[in-house]
Amino acid sequence: MINSSLKQLSVALAARKISSVELTQLYLDRIAQHNPALNAYITVNPEMSLAQAKAADARIAAGQADTLTGIPFAQKDIFCAKGWLTTCGSKMLHNFVSPYDAHVISQFNEAGAVNLGKTNMDEFAMGSSNETSYYGPVKNPWDTQRVPGGSSGGTAAAVAARLCAAATGTDTGGSIRQPAALCGISGLKPTYGVCSRYGMIAFASSLDQAGPMGRSAEDLALMMNVMAGYDERDSTSLQRAKEDYARDLNKPLTGLRIGLPKEFFAEGMGSDVAKAVEAAIAEYKKLGATVVEISLPNSKLSVPVYYVLAPAEASSNLSRFDGVRYGYRAPEYADLTDMYEKSRAQGFGAEVKRRIMIGTYVLSHGYYDAYYIKAQRIRRLIAQDFVEAFKQCDVIMGPTSPSTAFKLGEKGDDPVQMYLSDIYTIAVNLAGLPGMSIPCGFGDNNMPVGLQIIGNYFEEARMLNVAHQYQLATDWHSRAPQP
Amino acid sequence: MQWEIVIGLEVHAQLSTNSKIFSGASTAFGAEPNTQADAVSLALPGVLPVLNKGAVERAIKFGLATGAHIAPRSVFARKNYFYPDLPKGYQISQMDLPVVGQGQLTIQVPAQGKQPAYEKVVRLTRAHLEEDAGKSLHEDFHGMSGIDLNRAGTPLLEIVSEPDMRSAAEAVAYAKALHTLVQWIGICDGNMQEGSFRCDANVSVHKPGTPFGTRREIKNLNSFRFLEQAINYEVQHQIATLEDGGSIQQATVLFDPDTGETRVMRTKEDAHDYRYFPDPDLLPLEISEEWKQQVAATLPELPHTKQARYQEQGLSAYDASVLTSSRAMADFFEAALAEAPGQTKMCANWIIGEVSAQLNRDNLDIAQCPITASQLGGILKRIADGTVSNSGAKEVFRIMWAEGGDADAIIEAKGLKQVSDSGAIEKIVDEIIAANTDKVAEYRSGKDKLFGFFVGLAMKASKGQANPAQLNEVLKKKLAG
Repeated sequence: MINSSLKQLSVALAARKISSVELTQLYLDRIAQHNPALNAYITVNPEMSLAQAKAADARIAAGQADTLTGIPFAQKDIFCAKGWLTTCGSKMLHNFVSPYDAHVISQFNEAGAVNLGKTNMDEFAMGSSNETSYYGPVKNPWDTQRVPGGSSGGTAAAVAARLCAAATGTDTGGSIRQPAALCGISGLKPTYGVCSRYGMIAFASSLDQAGPMGRSAEDLALMMNVMAGYDERDSTSLQRAKEDYARDLNKPLTGLRIGLPKEFFAEGMGSDVAKAVEAAIAEYKKLGATVVEISLPNSKLSVPVYYVLAPAEASSNLSRFDGVRYGYRAPEYADLTDMYEKSRAQGFGAEVKRRIMIGTYVLSHGYYDAYYIKAQRIRRLIAQDFVEAFKQCDVIMGPTSPSTAFKLGEKGDDPVQMYLSDIYTIAVNLAGLPGMSIPCGFGDNNMPVGLQIIGNYFEEARMLNVAHQYQLATDWHSRAPQP
Repeated sequence: MQWEIVIGLEVHAQLSTNSKIFSGASTAFGAEPNTQADAVSLALPGVLPVLNKGAVERAIKFGLATGAHIAPRSVFARKNYFYPDLPKGYQISQMDLPVVGQGQLTIQVPAQGKQPAYEKVVRLTRAHLEEDAGKSLHEDFHGMSGIDLNRAGTPLLEIVSEPDMRSAAEAVAYAKALHTLVQWIGICDGNMQEGSFRCDANVSVHKPGTPFGTRREIKNLNSFRFLEQAINYEVQHQIATLEDGGSIQQATVLFDPDTGETRVMRTKEDAHDYRYFPDPDLLPLEISEEWKQQVAATLPELPHTKQARYQEQGLSAYDASVLTSSRAMADFFEAALAEAPGQTKMCANWIIGEVSAQLNRDNLDIAQCPITASQLGGILKRIADGTVSNSGAKEVFRIMWAEGGDADAIIEAKGLKQVSDSGAIEKIVDEIIAANTDKVAEYRSGKDKLFGFFVGLAMKASKGQANPAQLNEVLKKKLAG
């Protein structure tokens, strides 16, 4: 059962071969057994999960089930969920029980899905290894000495270790794709504006996007059908007709033009990663695709541009965490300023503070033009590179991350090394494009390698088709780590 | 050489929308603390702003009413600073690209001493949309502060003038004209006690022909009287400082109504760096030509246009400006005039005279006037057609004010109808001449002053109901012999 696809679970639930309560209990038991070693979940609440499962069973019995009704999903702890502790991986929100549901959460609730728990993450989604979480690092299920990637590391580990059927993530600079790659699962970051950001705790508003993480492209497509859609509560949400993301899964890939950015295949990528990615490209050629070399000349600037823009927005977004209305407040303080300073000094971790300081600096009088404005200009150039590239190809492929999962603590002292692990993913967020990662083999130390697929705006269904056809021809996505 | 005073005003007008600028929470004044603080007002993690279209329409109205450029694309920016009543840690405002650009407002500066009243055009720099903060309450919390976020997110239009005012009187005239206008076009209730209309005054002094002096900004003046007092104090303080050889430091000051003085709140050194940047949660605000035209169609005739029209109809500039001091006043005037067409001057005189005097006496506003415009029009109509005399009309008005009723009914019931029957008047005059032969002789021998005596007698005999013009005419003729 734990290796079943969402479609198989849906059929089994509908046929009453298993109840949602049984399925939920199965996962809760697995979490109880394996989570202590992995630390993938921050909050598990069996009572609330089983209550939802019971309601789902009633709905199934009444013949009113949707595809995902009764299936247990984990939710990244960045999504506000009514009645659930919602921490965003931070001491700052260690006591915050959300009084409302994020749009993504309410979409899952309406579909009758079960919320299995809230997954661990880098604090406020700032990190690429899940080591910045106030709740401790998540371990990679393939090797618990190694990181799962981040910031959606708890979700990636939970999916890989079969501690949920599938789960949500968010991606600001690679936070879905990089941990998906490092944990050997599939993850999709949709076009900016496709999934509502309402109720998703903001890191960098112009880059943040929610997306599904699961064990196959087909699972992701079914989740997208629930997660995507216009929401009037998010002004950046796009008004588009509802679409079926699974509609093109079975189209053949004959004639598919794959663009390979020469900049992604230059120095920096590990040779084990390169080998797996090249093998995947060869597989695509067998499936009828053709390959064309493209260039993204400005993509080399994406890391510095990102580390101006994302901290700038974050420094402002995180100002609301001041100890006044909710969340952490220092136990002792002399006056108002002291309360702010102590609450924020004690409530935020080092990486969050670093980014708040960078962001505050680049927005300061006298530096704004040199940093923020210039970075915005380069951001447009980076997006323009993709516009040009998509004139020559249908999808772009390359590595998701330059290396496989590294060891816990390995990059902890060097933020820049850590930042470079998102070198292939960040440009996609800056351009607002959809991107995904699927497993394409194993590298050194037998750790998973991810293949990144970048599509044109709103081409998610096409990308899922491209991924699904590969997953029909290969079995990397169905490999599971040994517990 | 004399000092010249230079004043520019920044006015925060609270827009009269039912809900907040970025959420559906109510904006009603006076509710229990925090009962109007929804998830967005509280800045809970994950919430997002959604712009209130009604607030934008009000900004467009203001732009149209001041002949301003309305930006086809404007941008919301975050103004970052920490304060307990600012829940997000930033205020959403507009910085580089405001919704309303340059415009102008014509003001009437009233006569002062020997200086006659005059008109002046004040240039508007810009007007932009922003959200209000909440309120910090420092009493009743035993060493702690209370925060009320009901007001947080209330829509404001910040209207910035050029430094075009040259006296406190001009500043007050400008503030009043703006206050009238925002209520006139229905974008702000103008309630200054409740903080719906607040002024900041930038004041400096210099010698003409030299660059402007360093300015100090007086914050949060919520009455015209305080505005005037604060500016006058500030001007006198600045001139005294400069004449003593001192210099003015740029500063933000507060006016204390109890002492009548201003005191420094912060200087340039401790000015915030607000780190403005475009709010990534909101798309740029786009205003199409069609939207502008739709809003324009809902705009009433503006005070200045009405004033010009009234003057064309024969009213003085003064009368025209009094009658357009509020939309309620102008509406009253026009509705009363509709009952007595053509009686423009008489109608104006009655409203500026009798009606205003009574309102003042009873401490009422024109909107609370106990008699309606059409009731007043009923009186005017009867004066115009000669049914009542002026003095009779005043009696009708007095009764109407106290007891209600329409003019014709009162005239009938109280027997106030003017006698215009020439036969009846001639009869009265004949009787008076017959009874006062000696006085008639004196009059005829050249003692003209006696005419008034005969008028008095005749009026008395008619119980005040004789048409005065007619009576005069008959008397003159008969006395002439």
